[in-house]
Amino acid sequence: MSTSTDTIIALVLHGIGTSPLRKEDWPLVRGEGTFVADFKRPGMVHAFVARSPFAHARFTRITTAAALAAPGVIDVITVADLPDRGHLIPTRQFHDEGSRRFLQRPLADGVVRYSGEPVAVVIAESRYLAEDAAELLDVDYEQLPPVLDPDEAVATGAVLLRPETGTNVAGHLVVEMGDLEKAFADADLVIDEEFRIQRHAAVPLETRGLLAEYDPRRNSVTVWGAAKIPHVNKKILARLLGWDEEQVRLIELHVGGGFGARGEFYPEDFLIPFAAIRIGKPVAWVEDREENLRATNHSREQVHRCRLAVKKDGTFLALRDTFLNNTGAYVRTHGMTVPGLSVSMLPGPYRWPAYRGEYRSVVTNKTPGGTYRSPGRFEINFVRERLVDIAAHRLGLDPVEVRRMNLIGRESFPYVVGTLYDGHPVIYDSGDYRLLLDKALKAFDWERMKAWRMEPAAGALKRGVGIGYFVEKAGPAEREYARIELNEKGDVFVYTGSVSVGQGVETVLAQVCASHLGLPYERITVLHGDTETIPEGMGAFGSRATMLGGAAVMGASKALREQLLDAAAQELEAAPADLVLTPEGVSVAGAPSRMVPLSTLLKPHGGVLKVEDRFVCDLLGFPYGIHFAAVEVDPKSGAVHVRRFAVAYDVGRVVNPMLMEGQISGGFAQGIGGTLLEEFSFDSSGQPLAASFMDYLLPTSEEVPDVDMLVTEDAPSPLNPLGVKGAGEGGTAAVGAAIGNAVSDALGVEVTRLPLSPQRVMELAGA
Amino acid sequence: MKPALFEYDDPATLDAALDLLARYGDECKVLAGGQSLVPLMNFRLARPGRLIDINGIDSLAGIKLEGGSLSIGAMTRHVDVERSEEVAHGWPLLAEAIGWVGHGQIRNRGTVGGSVAHADPAAELPAALAVLDAKFHIRSKRGARTVGWDQFFVAEFTTSLAPDELLISIEVPPIEAGTATAFVEYARRHGDFALGGAAVMVKVARDGSCEKASIALLSAGPTPVRARNAEAMLAGKTLDEAVIGAAADEAVRDLHPTSDIHGSSEYRVKLLRTMTERGLRKAAKRAAGRT
Amino acid sequence: MRKVAIEINGKLVEGEVEPRLLLADFIRDQAGLTGTHLGCEHGVCGACTVQLDGRPVRSCLMFTVQANGHRIATVEGMAPSAHELHTLQQAFHESHALQCGFCTPGILMTMEAFLRDEPNPTPAAIRSALAGNLCRCTGYQNIVKAVGVAAERMRKEAGSVS
Repeated sequence: MSTSTDTIIALVLHGIGTSPLRKEDWPLVRGEGTFVADFKRPGMVHAFVARSPFAHARFTRITTAAALAAPGVIDVITVADLPDRGHLIPTRQFHDEGSRRFLQRPLADGVVRYSGEPVAVVIAESRYLAEDAAELLDVDYEQLPPVLDPDEAVATGAVLLRPETGTNVAGHLVVEMGDLEKAFADADLVIDEEFRIQRHAAVPLETRGLLAEYDPRRNSVTVWGAAKIPHVNKKILARLLGWDEEQVRLIELHVGGGFGARGEFYPEDFLIPFAAIRIGKPVAWVEDREENLRATNHSREQVHRCRLAVKKDGTFLALRDTFLNNTGAYVRTHGMTVPGLSVSMLPGPYRWPAYRGEYRSVVTNKTPGGTYRSPGRFEINFVRERLVDIAAHRLGLDPVEVRRMNLIGRESFPYVVGTLYDGHPVIYDSGDYRLLLDKALKAFDWERMKAWRMEPAAGALKRGVGIGYFVEKAGPAEREYARIELNEKGDVFVYTGSVSVGQGVETVLAQVCASHLGLPYERITVLHGDTETIPEGMGAFGSRATMLGGAAVMGASKALREQLLDAAAQELEAAPADLVLTPEGVSVAGAPSRMVPLSTLLKPHGGVLKVEDRFVCDLLGFPYGIHFAAVEVDPKSGAVHVRRFAVAYDVGRVVNPMLMEGQISGGFAQGIGGTLLEEFSFDSSGQPLAASFMDYLLPTSEEVPDVDMLVTEDAPSPLNPLGVKGAGEGGTAAVGAAIGNAVSDALGVEVTRLPLSPQRVMELAGA
Repeated sequence: MKPALFEYDDPATLDAALDLLARYGDECKVLAGGQSLVPLMNFRLARPGRLIDINGIDSLAGIKLEGGSLSIGAMTRHVDVERSEEVAHGWPLLAEAIGWVGHGQIRNRGTVGGSVAHADPAAELPAALAVLDAKFHIRSKRGARTVGWDQFFVAEFTTSLAPDELLISIEVPPIEAGTATAFVEYARRHGDFALGGAAVMVKVARDGSCEKASIALLSAGPTPVRARNAEAMLAGKTLDEAVIGAAADEAVRDLHPTSDIHGSSEYRVKLLRTMTERGLRKAAKRAAGRT
Repeated sequence: MRKVAIEINGKLVEGEVEPRLLLADFIRDQAGLTGTHLGCEHGVCGACTVQLDGRPVRSCLMFTVQANGHRIATVEGMAPSAHELHTLQQAFHESHALQCGFCTPGILMTMEAFLRDEPNPTPAAIRSALAGNLCRCTGYQNIVKAVGVAAERMRKEAGSVS
């Protein structure tokens, strides 16, 4: 807990707990950012990836002569041009031996398995000319029947994407604890229900892109446009090229949002550098929106079949969930991360005497999938919180009280959930779930929300309220690197292995540094994203940047301060605790004339003092929260009007309150999209039906109301020296759950499927 | 998503444009506001060999009153209709409908002529013009002709314009005294094409009964659908809930709108019934407010 | 190929272009002003919004040749100097109305024109005027706030001048 002195210091320095304006903003607000499509290299040419128009087809031949002869065309690359016809793109986490059989190669080789799969790369003087030439490619596709639905994928006689494996199941896991059968036997009420969450995805506003350039003198390749995990991707690229890692350099530019989908290693992450090496000119590639919707990771498509056992007083006895995860045509770099998160986090904030979760992650002829903000959790929060409300309705109990009585008590932390994630036991680090519930009910005036709900609405509208309680997970990938450099002028440079996806990492890490080094935020510059200047890093995903990146920065900042003060203490013959550090130097508190200038202190270090830190923690942090929704449903049009939405979120410790709220607000908007608007539909032949923004509907300002927020710091993480639990995903986590519950309350019919499209809502209302 | 190659002409006069249309016929497409055409071209779903850009022909734009009727030049931008005092005063249905067309940026560039010539069944203007019994003035090198809205809109994305013809202006007759109008629609997001909507005009007699009604539905069929039977039902009746409800039922009785991922045919029929009901209710309330 | 001369942010930019070259690509590549972004190329997201003769339009839905002889304003023309920000830009910065910044130029162009038309808008009017620009990061809440803050400051500035 910080003292008031700490608070004053933080305010003066713009350190932890304050909301200084972002360092990132100046170029962005002036339109002077450099996103990858803005970046130019002399002599650059342009790539266009020709993609399969079919969901499932065989081919034997790609005729490239006409394309090669087209105006401005430099090269056409097909699978025969790749060394060994292309190597498998590996998983980078949540490895599962079975899934190896379903990995993707950079270009299709005789079979295409999803509409959008890369088949060839055309390189030309301009994107316009490359697209013209691509139309002249001739591929002798022979369509094959597709399999699209996950239940169909596991049915006997299903079309197999990999006939040699004999299955479409790419991953399978059972997680269980307690005595399920006894629990069902003891139950007063057993509820069986099926839930479906639709396929939707990150869809950042900037599409993917890369610019790769080969340097023949150094025999190395530089790739601009990296994001999320440049050090990891550098290793993967080097491996796929058969090169040493030193020959590969990845550089981040400005990034237009990631949300889980951007930055994973895709086929193009191999193809574009390969093209640059092959033709000896810089190659730029930017996917257009149609490509982005067809070829960038999808997510969320799951079917859950659940059984819940409860006592008539509302005590939870057991939860069993057997679910299918539709991972699309290939297993991508995430391996089994998404269903793994679902099966391990389904228990949520409640005590379960018995639990059994089982997933099958199946391949189908749809776009391959990966993570998307609150991955695996948006889905299971919907499932679990709907089940809780259904139980409450059937027992005639208050849904809030049913939750309260089953919440894990604060005396039980660290709490062993009994599930496993990627082989590790899930242990909630800290929490006071009842406290947050009480605070939220009061802060958001739940009584008034209930009273509002009881009032008649205008016309045909029906009112409903609902909540969703969730536990989030933060801080994956175990470690992070930081290096802090201080020069004689008092300028501080922080090098972090974390990266920016637009979230404000430079700002937050500068604040952490300010608080622990003792120099003002304004003097600190945070650098990231270049694998040559930053030796290692694990990037930004899973809400880890503040947590792990911050811990590393804290470690390095403290160490640097200690070194300086110890050296100054000797010179000044004072105790380090009596010394003050400013950009001019170190002086004795209360006697500023007794000072050692920085130049003196840094002289032995050649004018620049550098300190590195590597923070390692293989345990995850678990922030937790509650979403509240108040809706009015129009049964005559199917419209769902979200009249009020509120988020309570305990994140352990808030570094920048303004940025924290921005993450909640942005996450909420994506939750609205996933609950009401966004869906990747396919026709029966596997053609994507939502391959433009006219059909894939992102929420506009009119669909996203303001969200009330309560951010608390009641349960700092004991695992992290900052006490921080990464909090980028909590705004999304339970939107489907809360609105699903509110609409059920409004209509008196149990919602079991998302999205709540107008047609679905009207059908529910008519039932 | 870059468009395919095309030849380009930007005639400065109407005669020059008509010459080009006569010469190139179905090998060319007219470029007006571009808000519907250019997206299709960027997707390469539309690949006209030649574009005739008529944005430079000033005589084609403008809002005029001619003998009590409203004349809107085909190249008039939506935003100018939206801001026109004459339209707001004399044809509030048009002003109300135009507010539903896309977003401000679309309305700044998109044109009334372009929108109706594109003939999207989910578009707002065709339905509003159908209720107002608008007339469409067309010219080609062969001469001039005028058709009613029902001969102009032929099928989904199809008008009766011949390849060498250009829509010049739209004439909207004056609205009779005692008439109130309403435009309602429901879309999944603000600014999207309607899942269903209704343009309604009712003329109410001194005793409060409905003398005449016009109802046009959008997203109900391949062209705007005038609900003639429902209109007939309303004649002579007081517009109370029961009467409005019965008319709404009738309006959708034989509709078979196309299903797509945003709504099945059954859903759309129910939605259109709701839209008809709400449109009539709104218009009736406005009529009552006047007397 | 056609010759064009287009005034962009007060400066005449000349070029020779294919008729199919989208205005957004001309602005970005030939005029070198990459603040205008392409998010969809079919007129939905608004990231490419510029002002044509003072009015916001989607530059992905215009061909360069159509802008010949017209005035274009892009985000790069907003700030009064290299060291200052336009009132709207400053308000965005202070209100945390941007995260990744990709949608921001298009929104600034739309809102600058909107505030000229409506110098004293309600939050609901701002929200409605914003609906033609997609943002995937912020949830719009802070953008609406920032525009309100800017509007108030601009009214004060206008009031103190006259």
